[in-house]
Amino acid sequence: MMDKTNSLNRRTLLLSAGGAIAITTAPLTAFAAQEDLERARRDLFGDRPITEGRVTVKLPPIAENGYSVPLTVCVDSPMTSEDHVKRIAILSPRNPLPQIAQFYLTPRSGKAIVSTRIRMSGTQSIQAIAEMSDGSLWSGSMETVVTLAACVVL
Amino acid sequence: MPSIRLAVPKTAKRDEVIEIKALIQHDMESGFRRGSRGEVIPRNILTEFECIYNGERVFSAEFHPAIAANPILTFHTRAVDSGTLVFRWKDQNGQTWSENAAIEVT
Repeated sequence: MMDKTNSLNRRTLLLSAGGAIAITTAPLTAFAAQEDLERARRDLFGDRPITEGRVTVKLPPIAENGYSVPLTVCVDSPMTSEDHVKRIAILSPRNPLPQIAQFYLTPRSGKAIVSTRIRMSGTQSIQAIAEMSDGSLWSGSMETVVTLAACVVL
Repeated sequence: MPSIRLAVPKTAKRDEVIEIKALIQHDMESGFRRGSRGEVIPRNILTEFECIYNGERVFSAEFHPAIAANPILTFHTRAVDSGTLVFRWKDQNGQTWSENAAIEVT
């Protein structure tokens, strides 16, 4: 009788421990996938149509270190008060979070070229979406092979 | 006090588009790393940046954890008048750091 309750206790204990592990690890290992990128895109721009073009993403073809990858985004725009880029969103399909950065430009920006350094948790195609002053949305992307991924919780 | 490094031309011709670089020392701790004892290192990042040229915001940015440590930004602005450019960063707790640069427009 004692043995039975003991084994039951142990079993329930193990089960609950297993459950706890599953619960704690599940959200942490959930990498952003294509669906997360699409959700982020909807959160930022709603269901407005996005046309491919006018946006150029520059990344090294191979990044040896995912901790710091140089990124440049250029948007083809005259940058006048009538026709300029209002914002550029940088999105990742593979990082733990799909959003990387957003840049807000004005006619005073003069040129729609922005550079920074980003983290990449693996080989992926980084996407940039530009919102113009007329409300139209344009996108561009570039794939980079990452040999050493930026460290993430597993 | 983190170190801030700016690259702003001292002089420019009126209406010339100038390139600006702004770097701030910051770990940009993503919240996705573990320490030596296996504990998750809490997120601590800068979330906002802005560049104000003679009182007008000409460029700003929103950062997420995928921005590398010691974030650097290269962007452009049109040199309209002599004056001051203010660069301001804000972290997730609302603390701000800023630095100024003077420009002479001829």
